Amino acid sequence: MAVTVRLLDTPFNPGALVGPFTNAHPGLGGVCTFVGEVRGEADVEALELMHYAPMTLPGMEALASEAVARFGLMGLLMVHRTGKMHPGEPIVLVSACAEHRRGAIDAVDFCMDHLKSDAWFWKREQRGGTWRWIEPRADDHRDLARWK
Amino acid sequence: MAVRVVFLGKLADLAGTDERDIAGPLDWDGLLATLSDPLAEAVAGERTRIAVNGTLLSDKTALSAADGDEVALLPPVSGG
Repeated sequence: MAVTVRLLDTPFNPGALVGPFTNAHPGLGGVCTFVGEVRGEADVEALELMHYAPMTLPGMEALASEAVARFGLMGLLMVHRTGKMHPGEPIVLVSACAEHRRGAIDAVDFCMDHLKSDAWFWKREQRGGTWRWIEPRADDHRDLARWK
Repeated sequence: MAVRVVFLGKLADLAGTDERDIAGPLDWDGLLATLSDPLAEAVAGERTRIAVNGTLLSDKTALSAADGDEVALLPPVSGG
């Protein structure tokens, strides 16, 4: 059992992390991985994620523990960027391994819904040289309500 | 020593800084009194939360911070 939660302020290569994570869990029945990247929308020049150190990582660790218990995981890897990013760069990686596929798939879905709308991150994007804060979306809260 | 007030997300833009030291003790009325109008309005908004030393307050108007405490003003999150 390995639960790894990391906040990174520099670019990362998801493949380089998922390989060792998978290898560390011999006997797994399934591993599910999601990687979120900065969308290459026409006029988006950059994205910046702000966090609050005393709460963001502890919140992610609590989420990881909840997912492990709820879905009976063998292991969970959760990596999130902070700082300034450009289109095509990975923002988030969640990889879960379990004895059966359903637990792994659902755990990743659960973690992503909570990271999107229930984790301490604030996001702004730069278009045409102007920075604008991203407001929460109703969809995010609907996604979260699925797990209540 | 003072109370360190930390502004997150768009509140940092409104405040023009990420953090500010305010002499303690600091309660809810005292906090609002030190903030500019648009900032005070945003902080008073129902979706803005407050944490003291990393712990969320269930009722932010019950704020009671002393010198050395860190008070975080947390607007709604916009996800990863």
